[in-house]
Amino acid sequence: MSAPDVVESAAPDARAADRRERLEEMILPPIVALLVALVVGDLLILAFGQSPSYVFQLLLEGSWGNGYGIGQVLYKATTFTCTGLAFAVASRAGLFNIGAEGQLAAGGFAAGVIGMLLPAGLPLVVALPLLVMAAMAGGGAVGVVPGYLRARFGANEVIVTIMLNFVVLALLNWATASHLAMPETLHTPEIAAGALPRLSALIPAFHGSAANFSILVVALATVAVGWWLFRTRSGYELRATGLQPEAAEYGGVNVGRSWTTAMLVAGALAGLGSINFVLGYKLYYEDGFASGSGFLGIAVALVGRNHPLGIVLAALLFATLSQGGLAVNALVPKEIVDVLQAVVILAIAASVPAVRAELRAARGRKALKRVERAA
Amino acid sequence: MITEPLHAPDGASEPEPEGTGAELSPAVRLTGIRKRFGAVVAIADASLDVARGEIHALVGENGAGKSTLMHILAGVLAPDAGTVSVNGADVTGWTAADAIAAGVGMVYQHFMLVPPLTVAENVVLGLEPKRFGMYDGSRAEQEVGELARRTGLRVSPNALLSSLSVGEAQRVEILKVLYRGARLLVLDEPTAVLSPPEVDELWSVLRGLRAEGGTAVVITHRLDEVMAISDRVTVMRGGRTVARMRTADTSPAELARAMVGREVTLAGAVAIGGEVLGEERGSPPNSNIPPHPTAAPTETTPAQPPQRTAPALEIRNLSVSSSRRERAVDSISLSIAPGEIVGIAGVEGNGQTELVHAIAGLAPAIAGTILLDGRDVTILSVRERAEAGLSHIPEDRQTRGLILDFSVADNLVLGLQHHYTSASGVLDSARIAANAVESIRHFDIRPTDPNLPVRALSGGNQQKVVIAREMGRDFRVLLAAQPTRGVDVGAIEFIHEQLRNARASGLAILLVSADLNEVLALSDRIGVLYGGRLAVMLDRADASAEVLGQYMTGASGVHEAVS
Repeated sequence: MSAPDVVESAAPDARAADRRERLEEMILPPIVALLVALVVGDLLILAFGQSPSYVFQLLLEGSWGNGYGIGQVLYKATTFTCTGLAFAVASRAGLFNIGAEGQLAAGGFAAGVIGMLLPAGLPLVVALPLLVMAAMAGGGAVGVVPGYLRARFGANEVIVTIMLNFVVLALLNWATASHLAMPETLHTPEIAAGALPRLSALIPAFHGSAANFSILVVALATVAVGWWLFRTRSGYELRATGLQPEAAEYGGVNVGRSWTTAMLVAGALAGLGSINFVLGYKLYYEDGFASGSGFLGIAVALVGRNHPLGIVLAALLFATLSQGGLAVNALVPKEIVDVLQAVVILAIAASVPAVRAELRAARGRKALKRVERAA
Repeated sequence: MITEPLHAPDGASEPEPEGTGAELSPAVRLTGIRKRFGAVVAIADASLDVARGEIHALVGENGAGKSTLMHILAGVLAPDAGTVSVNGADVTGWTAADAIAAGVGMVYQHFMLVPPLTVAENVVLGLEPKRFGMYDGSRAEQEVGELARRTGLRVSPNALLSSLSVGEAQRVEILKVLYRGARLLVLDEPTAVLSPPEVDELWSVLRGLRAEGGTAVVITHRLDEVMAISDRVTVMRGGRTVARMRTADTSPAELARAMVGREVTLAGAVAIGGEVLGEERGSPPNSNIPPHPTAAPTETTPAQPPQRTAPALEIRNLSVSSSRRERAVDSISLSIAPGEIVGIAGVEGNGQTELVHAIAGLAPAIAGTILLDGRDVTILSVRERAEAGLSHIPEDRQTRGLILDFSVADNLVLGLQHHYTSASGVLDSARIAANAVESIRHFDIRPTDPNLPVRALSGGNQQKVVIAREMGRDFRVLLAAQPTRGVDVGAIEFIHEQLRNARASGLAILLVSADLNEVLALSDRIGVLYGGRLAVMLDRADASAEVLGQYMTGASGVHEAVS
């Protein structure tokens, strides 16, 4: 869970074994969780009188089987990556950010409103940075509140982020519905500048899918987050705070500031996810566009073990499930995919400690056997 | 819980109880107890004999194995070897539930109570009186009230627990155990959280229980309390029972020697024989022991280094509060000259942690001033103090000193991260790696891989990482709290040498250690903390384990400070 280790070649046995053990403990639990989810999924599908292999085949064909499906998976994974990072950054600082939903929506609102006010025809090189900043500022403004309250008053960030979701979503709903929305809709007018082209403009196979160039912005942000967490002093202090706040304090880290920073960045990352929808897909802010994506970020980060690379992979997994779910709709209820997602999350939560304990017990038995044989 | 084989360990020799009344039937007999946790031997060989109807004191330093032994008696832990017998029956390996059913009740140091519930609800929890299958609150209150009256544990049954003082909460904890029918009470450091009048009340409750035929084992490391309450006393040291005597036949000085004496001191004690330092004492019935006449040197003893030198660290009337005590550090003043080691001895929990934390900037001072090289740093942050020349080896490397999941290299710059960062805030990984290689070589940290998480290192090597970091940098004043705790002999020598070298190069060191030998071996002057106050400050020449032991255990010198 710490900085990626630089593996040296000539490592003695014990050191190599220790590395292997750590690697096992990091990688095995998610794999076991996925297997468990697969088995549960099979049972569910059987319960609906369908063949699991056929349903899973359809699910894969509907997602990775054609250009449109792949484009949709990429589109969804882009948002999930952002909300996953929003959870992970907070988590690295020892905080539980359940507020990505509200942070994402606030970012989208800010980008939508600023984009609507920009002069039409403003070149993309000017409009895009402005709107990205607006989206991050919107999410960051919502995110920083629980961070600051935790640092200043010790307010539990779980409760604050949950409750803030309600506050923010209700406020945005009111502002949109009563002041900004186009008639008969719950969305703002289209943005005047800063729209990002679809990926299909470059790769025609993606035609019809929502995948757009915000994926590059998000990829850049993902790399930046990894670099910040593991290569900068601020990231070092943030991780120290998350692992052992007392030791961080001893090391001269302002723990409260680390928390505030972490939540500010977390909110900004969630907010960034909104450009996928606002700048790349619909070109306006729509009430409820964030629905579900924020909470799914928790699952993405958990499965991705709070590591940027893991989060990208997990985001692709959940995007695949989400997109493939539409394809199997005819055979089984599409909600079965929601159930699968939930099972993955539950299995992760249960399997991390269980698999770890089992790994350790197995090692203990092995060691015991060695001792017995030696005796 | 598994019943262990009952064979006694080889060479387990039980110290013969001196003058035990054979007329008293044993309520508890523990023999040849051994218990290890992983590689750590908590109890090497311990035995205990408690007669029915007595109050038995179990004393020893922190880590001597007292609590572990009592957990074994109460069925919370199973011994690796040895036998436990209660009321003549072998009950080795019994469970906590068995122990409670047999009338053995433990009162823990940390209360296990539910704050939003009433006293009565807390006491009957798990054994609630029922009427028509429902909790019968009025009967619970009536029963608990009656029990409280009978035992003298005055507390209102319908009061909310959250409204009680610490002393009252402890009474509830005792009531809880008695309500379950305990005839043998084990109290783990019951006075640690009590004010003096509350202590006196507790004693009268225990005496009342004894008068009714009850038995109590009291864990403590305060010798005045041993003298005040107990009939007999067992001393533990380093996981072994080293002495057992009738309280009336011993003295605080003799107990202190048994308790803190290490091998060297022990040899000295043998040479002295049965002679007790200072005057012989009978059995003082109260806790108000007069100050020791021979061992009360004045605090004006001049420091060894010339007084001309401005102190590197000066503390004036420093007071610090903790969660447990309003004044965990109470108006302490001391100064350390460059090139001087000042040792602080004392039983843990007498303000050492709070003192060090306040100097380091980890806890606010509620009063007083801290001067570093003449500069007032009282309100500066941890980092600002570090920049001003303060280095700190914290007492607990696993929670404070190291980030266990960080690599060795990353831990070697903890607190120095600003010095390993470019102007733009990027960590200079090349210099961090170079620093790690250099520190690992110079301080012989093993294994030598700088990328291993510190968690994978042994305790001694973890400590070397802390030492390497805190002593490998520029500093003027070093706070060394328990610098060799849990470290093997070779590493101890190495760390001591580092401390001596630092002194030789003109650095000032505040050494806080629970290990008297260490304090005696390194310090130029030695102070003793007792109850948050500096009980005494002695020149090295005037200090010995015996003298310090008396101040540490409150047997000498403190009461003049209190009055």
